[in-house]
Amino acid sequence: MSAWRSKSVLPGFTISLGSSLFFIGLVILLPLTGLVIQVAELSWQDYWAIISDPRVVASYKVTASAALVASIFNLFFGLLMAWILTRYRFPGRVLLDGLMDLPFALPTAVAGLTLAALFATQGWFGQYLALWDIKVSYTWLGIVVAMVFTSVPFVVRTVQPVLEEFGPEYEEASATLGASPWQTFWHVIFPEIKPALLMGTALSFTRSLGEFGAVIFIAGNIPWQTEVTSLMIFIRLQEFDYAAAAAIASVVLLVSLILLFVINGIQQRYQHISGALK
Amino acid sequence: MSNTTGSATWLRRLLIGTGVTLSVLLLLTPLLLIFIAAFASGVGGIISNLQDADMLHAIGLTLLVAGLTVPINLIFGTLIAWCVTRFTFPGRRLLLTLIDIPFAVSPVVAGLLYLLLYGSNGPFATWLDAANLQLMFAWPGLVMVTVFVSCPFVVKELVPLMSTLGTEQEEAAVLLGASGWQVFWQITFPNIRWALLYGVILTNARAVGEFGAVSVVSGTIRGQTNTLPLHIELLQQDYNTTGAFIAAALLTLMAIATLVVKAVLQWRMHR
Repeated sequence: MSAWRSKSVLPGFTISLGSSLFFIGLVILLPLTGLVIQVAELSWQDYWAIISDPRVVASYKVTASAALVASIFNLFFGLLMAWILTRYRFPGRVLLDGLMDLPFALPTAVAGLTLAALFATQGWFGQYLALWDIKVSYTWLGIVVAMVFTSVPFVVRTVQPVLEEFGPEYEEASATLGASPWQTFWHVIFPEIKPALLMGTALSFTRSLGEFGAVIFIAGNIPWQTEVTSLMIFIRLQEFDYAAAAAIASVVLLVSLILLFVINGIQQRYQHISGALK
Repeated sequence: MSNTTGSATWLRRLLIGTGVTLSVLLLLTPLLLIFIAAFASGVGGIISNLQDADMLHAIGLTLLVAGLTVPINLIFGTLIAWCVTRFTFPGRRLLLTLIDIPFAVSPVVAGLLYLLLYGSNGPFATWLDAANLQLMFAWPGLVMVTVFVSCPFVVKELVPLMSTLGTEQEEAAVLLGASGWQVFWQITFPNIRWALLYGVILTNARAVGEFGAVSVVSGTIRGQTNTLPLHIELLQQDYNTTGAFIAAALLTLMAIATLVVKAVLQWRMHR
């Protein structure tokens, strides 16, 4: 063993590696095998029939389309917030900065309950939207709102440190040389923040795909229309159809793991932003 | 900013205005609504709802789950961070990717993984039955899934910091004859304590607020396996909206405390 622990003189290699492997094995890897065992008991035809069931396919579409719209919204909103928080000084800036973390600190059930009340037809926002005939609570739009709320911090918190480090000197130089604000953004700032922006958006998308707590309060959960895939798994469980739940979960899990590897790939390609990604 | 032209000032005002307006509508208004809705039936309503036996049990269970999850993830998180930042070995990167898995996995899937393994149809069912141990639909199951969903926080706070700190100080201490325990407490710990506390705060917030994973393995038995976030859903289904918002307000107070401590810690770490 001592051959591959480099030349470190520090103690605790055996105990820390041993307990790391024990913990990761018991808490993360062993439960994954439970799913594999359950899915392996299904024949290929049964497996396909479960995961391609029309109601389940409808849930994939609802989940993926809402997550896509929510993460694109957060791309722009997160970029805007990261920009004004790093480049401008105005009263309430520190408070606004702290507020950006609220969605991570606030339990998702609280977020769902509150957003559903805000956007209900009698709610603070819902009554005005009703004048324009826009319904949010108990519709697909409600799912988008819940996903937007729960994944707000990702883009802000990945782009913000990059902008802080990049500094305003380059923009000032660009403006002095006669570039318009748009040219400065597109040719000077954007190339620098692109990896962080991409990564924050991908994280936001992944989180939205799996969001459950906030979504089920506001979605109304109407079959074929506003059921997300996480809810389909939950419904199969309540029917005690563990095999079907496991089959649908295996699809969700595969997509999340692929996204995780893509995100880690982006992070490793652009090492200079990795310090920002705590 | 003294030489900004008229159009730059205009752009600045537009961007700040849009950002502040959206943040107030999307983030601040929900916060206000929670407390206003919780006070809908006055202070008396709050007191009677808080004295409800099921509510009290949900609060107690939530504290129990968080109280067990936080120390487990603190100890193993520190060991994992020590292992991957203090030694180089094959598979180190893989270990770091594996610890990320809980953040990528949907909470409902996380709950399902544990239910399939330790539930009555799982591979350990006969053994658990013989030992008369019920993990799923009981509090141990709640702790197990909560440990899973919140285990990356401490590691993710410590790894970047400990990599930056390097090992010179610790190596010097070892060469001067310090034991491993002394090295950790006297050299490493003072350097990482704020990051460690930050990790604990985030772990706690997630442990207290977890909904999806917990709802799969809980069975939401009133007065038995109902945590505070799950209780919100039950109260809402009972049409006790005020009660639901009172439970929500308790969790929101925890969230606000988390944000305040986080801000203080970040200020200390950057000093």
